[in-house]
Amino acid sequence: MYTIKTYLMAQTLEEAYSALQKNKSNVILGGCGWLKMTRKRFWTGIDLSGLGLDWIEQRDGWLEIGAMVTLRQLETDPALRGLFGGILPRSVERIVGVQFRSCATVGGSVWMRAGFSDLLTALSVLDTEVELYHAGRMPLEAFFALPRNREARDILTGIRIRLDGRDAACCSMRNTATDFPAVGAAVSRCGPGWSVAVGARPMRAVRVPEAEAALAAGDLQAASRAVEALGYAGNLRGSADYRRKVAQVLVRRAAEEILHREGKQ
Amino acid sequence: MRIKLTVNGRQFDRHVPADMMLLDFLREQGFVSVKRGCETSNCGLCTVWVDEHPVLSCTYPAARAEGKRVTTIEGVTPEAEEFGRFLAARGAEQCGFCSPGLVMTVLAMRRELRNPDEQQVRAYLAGNLCRCSGYTSQLAAVMSFLKGGDR
Repeated sequence: MYTIKTYLMAQTLEEAYSALQKNKSNVILGGCGWLKMTRKRFWTGIDLSGLGLDWIEQRDGWLEIGAMVTLRQLETDPALRGLFGGILPRSVERIVGVQFRSCATVGGSVWMRAGFSDLLTALSVLDTEVELYHAGRMPLEAFFALPRNREARDILTGIRIRLDGRDAACCSMRNTATDFPAVGAAVSRCGPGWSVAVGARPMRAVRVPEAEAALAAGDLQAASRAVEALGYAGNLRGSADYRRKVAQVLVRRAAEEILHREGKQ
Repeated sequence: MRIKLTVNGRQFDRHVPADMMLLDFLREQGFVSVKRGCETSNCGLCTVWVDEHPVLSCTYPAARAEGKRVTTIEGVTPEAEEFGRFLAARGAEQCGFCSPGLVMTVLAMRRELRNPDEQQVRAYLAGNLCRCSGYTSQLAAVMSFLKGGDR
């Protein structure tokens, strides 16, 4: 369990940001599910929950999601079921339980850049941008590439996803129903272009350009081979070889789900 | 720091440590139905409602509950007792340690889902772990409770 000396319920983002700059051991509190598992000693815990960052809105061709939207909100928002094949609610619906998802936030999940994140795997196959209070807006991939030390003093205020009409699907392999994924995959199709991501390798989700090209050429076998060639590692949830095998199946299932929906239309 | 909130309709105005979780606050105030199980945000034993939403009180900072309505099983006693009779009738209560959390989740589910099927119920209750029952008798009790059927 972490310790915090003082608690700041921020009234403005500027107040939160300047509090964050004051001391290296000040921290932004998300859902706290992961943070509380650490034994870190923080000076000020900065809470953004009074700033109204819990919106889910469609505006000017983008779906905008505030940092303090909970995973449970993502799961139950009626509009999200009809967007991108419902990939956003589906990506989170197996994470621990309803009560956990009512605590965990989109901002915390994205900020952590965790390998096991089902949400990041899904966001990787959508046209996703991350909004930071200081550094501004950037594509998800650029956010991944930021050095951790420099950007560590910024605040993630939300994400936005281009409403480009793409269809998407995701699936994961879990050893038990509510466990972290042993491996996960997401696939999307926008016109002729495909996107493929594999997460929980157990490293963070990555796109697989060779698999995307193979799917665009209608070659599921070649897509499978590209997924097989990715780097995997072993841990207590599965060996590298196990993940390599299962990832191929998951990518194929997600791609077939999209093809099946197209066939129906 | 100072927080004001209501628990089961009663106003509280207290000084709490900055890193106190809602679970510890509630137990300190005498709501000892709220149980600490896993301490890893997984088991659901500490489930309470914040503004009617079930949350893990072990993971929810007490300071974040400022101005919120918190409900524990002590605040929904008649309904909890009614469901308890369904659990007992199926022999599903076993040691009882996980029951308060399970009851709070089941009652929240009854408010949120309309005529859920067994699959939806399983998904909603997946975050409530029980180390005795194996869930079959629990599920039978929940389904019959939701249908308002025979105990």
